[in-house]
Amino acid sequence: MTREFSDLTELTLVQARNALDGREISAVDLTQSHLDRIERDDEQIGAYLHVMRDVAVAQAHEADRRIAARESSPMTGIPVALKDVLCTHDAPTTAASRILENFRPPYDATVVKRLRLQGAVFLGKANTDEFAMGSSNENSAFKPVHNPWDLSRVPGGSSGGPSAAVAARLAMVSLGSDTGGSIRQPAGFCGVVGLKPTYGRVSRLGLLAFASSLDQIGPFARTVEDAAITLQAVSGHDPLDSTSYPTPVPEFRDALTGDIRGMKIGVAREYRVNGMEQGVADAVDTAIARLASLGAEIVDVELPHTEYALPTYYITAPAEASANLARYDGVKYGLALEAATLRETYERTRGEGFGAEVKRRIMLGTYALSSGYYDAYYVKAQKVRTLIKQDFERAWDTVDAIVAPTSPTVAFAMGARTEDPYQMYLADVFTIPANMAGIPGIAVPCGFSDGLPVSLQVLGPAFAESTILRIAHAYEQAEQWVDRRPPALDQAEMAPAN
Amino acid sequence: MTLSLDDVRYVAELARLGLHDEEVVRLQGQLSSILEHITALDQLDTAAIPPTAQVVTLTNVMRDDVATGSLDREDVLRNAPRQFEGFFEVHAVLGAADEDIAP
Repeated sequence: MTREFSDLTELTLVQARNALDGREISAVDLTQSHLDRIERDDEQIGAYLHVMRDVAVAQAHEADRRIAARESSPMTGIPVALKDVLCTHDAPTTAASRILENFRPPYDATVVKRLRLQGAVFLGKANTDEFAMGSSNENSAFKPVHNPWDLSRVPGGSSGGPSAAVAARLAMVSLGSDTGGSIRQPAGFCGVVGLKPTYGRVSRLGLLAFASSLDQIGPFARTVEDAAITLQAVSGHDPLDSTSYPTPVPEFRDALTGDIRGMKIGVAREYRVNGMEQGVADAVDTAIARLASLGAEIVDVELPHTEYALPTYYITAPAEASANLARYDGVKYGLALEAATLRETYERTRGEGFGAEVKRRIMLGTYALSSGYYDAYYVKAQKVRTLIKQDFERAWDTVDAIVAPTSPTVAFAMGARTEDPYQMYLADVFTIPANMAGIPGIAVPCGFSDGLPVSLQVLGPAFAESTILRIAHAYEQAEQWVDRRPPALDQAEMAPAN
Repeated sequence: MTLSLDDVRYVAELARLGLHDEEVVRLQGQLSSILEHITALDQLDTAAIPPTAQVVTLTNVMRDDVATGSLDREDVLRNAPRQFEGFFEVHAVLGAADEDIAP
């Protein structure tokens, strides 16, 4: 066992790109180093549901050929983990659910297709809360994910697998999905960068739908620049997704100047709630002061409907989910349990195939949409959504971006919030508003509390990913929290091989 | 509680979810509790507020009515639990008048 493979897994995407194109390392070695690390460490983490070993090695060989022919793209040869709600025609896609346990999609998601064309390497399908419903990755039907910073704690969710993989060097970058915070919150808990783009910036074709007016796909990385490059690779209009925007995609890396002088950054007092940990509040306040010292002007803004975002979301998202998950009926794919009648096959298949949280949300959504309750719940929620959206639109009159904590707490212990569903839902209280308004948000590490990562969230106007990337990058370059590593990584290296 | 056990069973029927008795009881408590939290929305006067169904401002996104390729039937049927001569096979949808087999 040499130190070499550990070193390759420490590279950032930018470093790897230079080393690959400069022929200092091969894509095959880079991929193999990640596969070796997954084999040694993932039993403790649980980040992967399916490792695409053969596919990855073949892709790596092809990447080396392209690099040698000087035909590389930014993502050529880069080892990526894909949240298991993204359809891959050459690997199972399960949504971490028994109802899709053996499902092999007949097509790729558009984001997968784009990465494949660029010559990226797919290490595997990353674990998630079932159907992306959860805030801790404890709802996976197969196994939970453990936080690399403290294996007894959750990585966050629902994209716990992609987030933990990047934090634990089991992937260089990854793709997750964010419906109410499912990229940003786990990025925060795992001390990595996570970005949710503007609704419509990235195609949802081939993303197993949870809530169609809220879902977005986005990157995890250890640096803001790596996240920007990954986002660039998958962004842009897709004729197969009628909600994807035709607006041109700027060169996101152009925003990474390190200069935020004169930018107006809003802070809203509504992003301080009871039950927020002092260590989190302190780290975020320190980060905001840092932004001021870098030349930004900190401005108070009001987002008066912030507290209503959570209840609004817990009508809207389950309602949309109840429609999107109706397709899992044992007829076209997935689990199919036998019964005497068609209706009973539906009921048995869905009753046994879905986990508890999924059933809970389908029930909530079905109730909210049912006759007699539709106006009181679903339409009401849509109207409050307008108010939340208008809060942000008003804010953009006075500020360029808004900063806030990503979560009220650091990563909590496994099992700590599984008794009362609403306690779990509260983990997303700061991330949900951005999904309701359709605006982009990035989570970036901003310190530690009790040894666990704290995260700063930067929100911007629709299609202003460049603005939030600029601010996050400038902060990151000034503070370098990225240099801290999860202590479990070093312990794993000391552990004897199995 | 906001929901009765009959309410829960009715919603489960609408959602085609087969629930065990203890699930029905547990969901009654959990869903009622969640709906209690949601009543916070009643604090807001939204009479004059239009609903937001979609945050994109696109409408009627269309493409030309030109036939393009589709998926290979074999690929599509590969995941089918039951298939018959190129079709997905299911239990009878229609039956005798005295049978309650409505899907």
